[in-house]
Amino acid sequence: MTEPLLQIRNLHASIGNKEILRGIDLDIFPGQVCAIMGPNGSGKSTLAAVLAGREDYQVTEGEIIFNGKNLLELSPEERAREGLFLAFQYPVEIPGVSTATFLKTALNELRKHRGLEPLDAMEFMSLMHERAKLVHIEPSFFSRAVNEGFSGGEKKRNEIFQLAMLEPTLAILDETDSGLDIDALRIVADGVNALRTPERAFVVITHYQRLLNYIVPDIVHVLYRGRIIKSGAKELATELEAQGYDWIKETAEAQA
Amino acid sequence: MSENVDILERLTAADYQYEYGFESQIEEEVVAPGLDENIIRLISQKKGEPDWMLQWRLQAFRYWQHMSEPHWANVRYEPIDYQAISYYAAPKKVSQARSLNEIDPELRQTFERLGIPLHEQEVLAGVAVDAVLDSVSVATTFREKLQSLGIIFCSISEAIREYPDLVRTYLGTVVPPNDNFFAALNSAVFTDGSFCYVPPGVRCPIELSTYFRINARNTGQFERTLIIADEGAYVSYLEGCTAPMRDENQLHAAVVELIALKNAEIKYSTVQNWYPGDKEGRGGIYNFVTKRGLCGGENSKISWTQVETGSAITWKYPSVILKGDNSIGEFYSVAVTNHRQQADTGTKMVHVGRNTRSRIVSKGISAGYSQNSYRGLVRVNANAENARNFSQCDSLLIGDRCGAHTFPYIEVNNPTAIVEHEATTSKIGEDIIFYCNQRGLDTETAVALIINGYAREVLSKLPMEFAVEAQKLLTISLEGSVG
Ligand SMILES: Nc1ncnc2c1ncn2[C@@H]1O[C@H](COP(=O)(O)OP(=O)(O)OP(=O)(O)O)[C@@H](O)[C@H]1O
Ligand SMILES: [Mg+2]
Repeated sequence: MTEPLLQIRNLHASIGNKEILRGIDLDIFPGQVCAIMGPNGSGKSTLAAVLAGREDYQVTEGEIIFNGKNLLELSPEERAREGLFLAFQYPVEIPGVSTATFLKTALNELRKHRGLEPLDAMEFMSLMHERAKLVHIEPSFFSRAVNEGFSGGEKKRNEIFQLAMLEPTLAILDETDSGLDIDALRIVADGVNALRTPERAFVVITHYQRLLNYIVPDIVHVLYRGRIIKSGAKELATELEAQGYDWIKETAEAQA
Repeated sequence: MSENVDILERLTAADYQYEYGFESQIEEEVVAPGLDENIIRLISQKKGEPDWMLQWRLQAFRYWQHMSEPHWANVRYEPIDYQAISYYAAPKKVSQARSLNEIDPELRQTFERLGIPLHEQEVLAGVAVDAVLDSVSVATTFREKLQSLGIIFCSISEAIREYPDLVRTYLGTVVPPNDNFFAALNSAVFTDGSFCYVPPGVRCPIELSTYFRINARNTGQFERTLIIADEGAYVSYLEGCTAPMRDENQLHAAVVELIALKNAEIKYSTVQNWYPGDKEGRGGIYNFVTKRGLCGGENSKISWTQVETGSAITWKYPSVILKGDNSIGEFYSVAVTNHRQQADTGTKMVHVGRNTRSRIVSKGISAGYSQNSYRGLVRVNANAENARNFSQCDSLLIGDRCGAHTFPYIEVNNPTAIVEHEATTSKIGEDIIFYCNQRGLDTETAVALIINGYAREVLSKLPMEFAVEAQKLLTISLEGSVG
């Protein structure tokens, strides 16, 4: 059996005095698509932020192994260079920095880390054009400041475009589907499917079954009050869509 | 386990390393502190000035005695004791040096450490340098080459002696001695600076540059620069400056006058990197400067570009009086403040002639606990038919303890004028830094990327040789804060 790409053991994390993640165990294998669902405020974005290394959160207990390395010892940029990518729930705007310059700098940082030569301007431009097609991004976006004045849906597509450019081994998609119209949802899902490889794993955080019709998960986890309270095959998502969370909450609370 | 530390706190609290903070052991003659008519006579005599110059200074001093320090700028500082400042300091061995080879080796080394070699063969290709240490000009390079074109480029002291008619015709015509408190002070006690005259129809083929260095303690630096582009002439001029790190504040009150006659063009660029003080705000230069250009003839053009990263306090408004019909004035500025620095800077564009055009692009960057204000005036006089102005004033805040302020003043007295003003404020918060980190960029790279993107439009106006330097300097002033 292959080694997990990511192993999370008994992860506890808090912000201030408030404990938000309260003992998470999770393995993610290469090539896997893992969906994380759960009611608002259950800690999904917190888990993503802790994995990406956001300093606002204190990890009080537990460990995370990524690619055989102790993730918690790495800075956010080292995690990124090791192949961890987070598509943000709320992507920020970066004033004055064009998408092209931003991605060229980022990609060459990653390449440096992997012992590769930086791409020259020509190679980089042709790569951008090729990958932009995946998520139907117009080349006119390359010269615009990152996310500045982008519509909500454009920002989300831009996240997937960056994913396509940076080729991570683990991509975490935090509600990439929210705010997308039906056509854009398809475009994003097709883009993600085109990016699936036997090595690359995806963690897809979502509230809706609809996205999972397109990006079919290998496993679905339900997060509630900072714990994974149920895991199952893709049918679990359909059940949740039909019945809501109450039935599992009750079982979870009964067990607690 | 990660500590809950504020990233930006760490960024802006790191020890600032001012690269040029060394002090040279050069024997200097420094006159005792204090200001009265005798000191002015002494300065004038040391410089071997003609009597008219002395009288001009004394007149300025009398104006100054009846003026009071302006306090309308958005800056705070302890009162300056003008009697505690020494008004003249000069390296002892310089006054006699007639050629570059005779310069005191220690002095030469000082400028070499600053990246300003005074050997001509090593000087940046295509740049002539006038180096000013404290009160005197120590060397001017490439003079012969310029002379063959009829271009005069020398220290102002020398110009007063050698070209008195030119100096008398133009000195004080753009910034009169009684213009303002600091200009009056400068007119009374100015010690050195650069002079440049480009004759009709001549395009100056190389960049002219003055490098100002404060070295002596408890002295003020009062330099005076006068640049004249005669009809159809063109010149591009660059000014740079640094000072040692000291705990006390030092006053720098310069006056720069530019005169562009018919069809002439002057490009004036500044990379200001005076010592900004330490992170608690101790020490640093008070940079109180009056810079003004006169587009005197029709179709003339004056363009100011400034990159301001240094000084504890900056108070300066490089301005253009657009007197000639069809004349053009431009102001491109990047002003960076970090730690406890304060800057109140901007421009004045005064439209007098017909079809005059002005363009203002101001980019303020504030970090730490600093305060950064843009103050700009656009005035269109009654006879200035078809005047046009466009102003763009952007502010970038790094962290949330600094301040950015914009004070645009617009006075339009002619109905055909079109005056446009745009302003934006953006903030680099932790969210943006984290987003960049998540894409593999470390914080320093992220800040540099944002700053350079933000300042690009202004940097692109600098002479090529300096654009790269200026870009580095911007990054250093903030990255110095980034550690
Ligand atoms: N900076 C903060 N200060 C205080 N509480 C916070 C902070 N950030 C998150 N929380 C709390 O942590 C809990 C988990 O938030 P999180 O954003 O991880 O939820 P989520 O599962 O992603 O929810 P949603 O589905 O609405 O996106 C919430 O109760 C939230 O209010
Ligand atoms: Mg969330």
